[in-house]
Amino acid sequence: MFSRLKDKVGQVQLPGDEFSWEAEDTIPLTDPVRPERVVCGPGLRRSGDRLLVCKSGVLRHKQPNVFWIDSQQRRYVPAKGETVIGIVTAKSGDIFKVDVGGSEAASLSYLAFEGATKRNRPNVQVGDLVFAQFIVANKDMEPELTCIDSSGRANGMGVFGAGGLVFTVSLGLVRRLLSPLSEIRSDLDQLFPCELVVGMNGRLWVRSPSIQQTLIVANLLQSCDSMTAPQRRELFRRVQQGAL
Amino acid sequence: MKDTPLANCERDFLLKAFEEKKRLDGRQTYDYRKIKITFGTDYGCCFVDLGKTRVMAQVSCELVAPKDNRPNEGILFFNIELSPMASPVFEQGRQSELSVKLNRQLERCLRNSKCIDTESLCVVSGEKVWQIRVDVHTLNHDGNLMDAASIAAITALCHFRRPDVAIQGDDVTVYGPEERDPIPLSIYHMPISVSFSFFQQGTYLLVDPCEREERVMDGLLMIAMNKHREICSIQSSGGIMLLRDQVMRCSKIASVKVSEITDLISKALENDKKARKAGSKCGFAESIPQERITALKMEGTPVDVEGVTERASYVVQKAGTPPQTVPSPVVPLPGVGQVGEGIHSTWGMEEEEEENNISGDEEDKVIQMEVDKEDSKRGDVVEISDSEEEEVVILNPETPDKTPKSKPPSSHQKVAAKTKKKQKK
Repeated sequence: MFSRLKDKVGQVQLPGDEFSWEAEDTIPLTDPVRPERVVCGPGLRRSGDRLLVCKSGVLRHKQPNVFWIDSQQRRYVPAKGETVIGIVTAKSGDIFKVDVGGSEAASLSYLAFEGATKRNRPNVQVGDLVFAQFIVANKDMEPELTCIDSSGRANGMGVFGAGGLVFTVSLGLVRRLLSPLSEIRSDLDQLFPCELVVGMNGRLWVRSPSIQQTLIVANLLQSCDSMTAPQRRELFRRVQQGAL
Repeated sequence: MKDTPLANCERDFLLKAFEEKKRLDGRQTYDYRKIKITFGTDYGCCFVDLGKTRVMAQVSCELVAPKDNRPNEGILFFNIELSPMASPVFEQGRQSELSVKLNRQLERCLRNSKCIDTESLCVVSGEKVWQIRVDVHTLNHDGNLMDAASIAAITALCHFRRPDVAIQGDDVTVYGPEERDPIPLSIYHMPISVSFSFFQQGTYLLVDPCEREERVMDGLLMIAMNKHREICSIQSSGGIMLLRDQVMRCSKIASVKVSEITDLISKALENDKKARKAGSKCGFAESIPQERITALKMEGTPVDVEGVTERASYVVQKAGTPPQTVPSPVVPLPGVGQVGEGIHSTWGMEEEEEENNISGDEEDKVIQMEVDKEDSKRGDVVEISDSEEEEVVILNPETPDKTPKSKPPSSHQKVAAKTKKKQKK
């Protein structure tokens, strides 16, 4: 199965495609027996001794044995530890309800801010943007957010957003933006200075010195979703030369 | 499903952008998004794209009894369907406030403006009239559904053809499209709705608001107008106070936009008519825009094509003519074909002779039998049909004169030979 998976790395897979055990997967008698183990990420699902593809996208591989499907979906499913941009929709008692784009609103305790105590409540209004991290995210429970890390520091999280624009892109683009050597980010660096907050739920927040520039960055990023790298470079070059 | 709430910073940003005369998608204040009109396979089916907003209108007709107070007028019926496909906010099967509002506005725009001659829809006065039904389905919601719906509805009505009818005595005959050409509706004018959104209590005005702009706006003014600059309906919602010259300004803008859109519609109708006449592809399959994801496309491999022709000609010159080799088969005996490199035959000579004899006998018999058969069938024999024994197998087609007729010994001959041998023993 390992070799079959490796053959297909970088190719487009569709839901229903499957990988199964092959005849050549038998254990060699001469070599020391090492069980072959495959770690499946998003988009791959095990069913008996078959491995099914359940999302359409490109098969990716990471050494030594991690495989996943890189898809273009827009629907966010909360995952523990991910940082997201949420919009506060309600204040009720000692929790805030936050819309993160998932199937259910997440809850955010008012004590989960840096320096917040029972007497010293954080100043959060309905409609504010918060950058927060999931501490509870499973399918049976209400997702829960926090704005502090394990040592009680804000670490960049909390209420933000004055003067910027928030918009939605696909989850694939967000992951591409967050990858350590992101080409889109370095391309964007060369255009004009801007602040960018990236939520794993597909929301981006941009702020530039002028409104015009903010709008340009927002539209560029939204159009990046469906462009190849050369197309994007061409577009960015054109913007740099002509648009301003 | 609940809608994504609007963040405060988004609202502030948009309002600040409007102050600087900037819009989210780079349009000017009075610009419409790109309008695209396509038609379905049937008459009376129309898709309208207004930016990302997408609406489909389908017109259908039915013979019904007229209303009592208008015995000789046809009936127009409008229905707007806000499906969850357009936006997760819309719920299936429930009349929301928005859908009632849009429905009412569409009725006022198209029915009350008397743009369609309803009297021509009468078949038998007081008994049978045509009911024209316009169903508008929203396929994607990105703001300004009303304008898209009005364009789609009037275009579909213009495109629609109703079946021809004939009255003989009391009988009403409805002819199918094969028997008689369907008849278009008589349309006097084309009312088109233009939406204006107001911000900051009417300080700023935008034409054709998109979905986010609709959420931020304070008030909305919808003007339905035809290209003769006659206002068919006007409606203000959102409860803001508008000054008189503001309304005047809006109606002036609307007249310009309406004439542009009317031209576009008539051009689209003309193109479709031409396409249908020419019999080229029109209809649903053609109308679906091909939206491909290009991000997963493979990049082209760069190939160095410099000096390819010179190199090719050089190669050709250098190579010269290929040696003429004629494969000549080794034929050991006349009447024997060769398959591959055979080794010496181990069959005894006697048997071979016998075999030949037997096979010859058999052949004769078979042919005779066939002749008999043919005789019995037709009476006179024209030709002896080639049976499988007579088939010519050419093993080397390049030297046809060298290869003689060769017969692969058919299986039943072999069997016959063997039985013969056994009998001998």
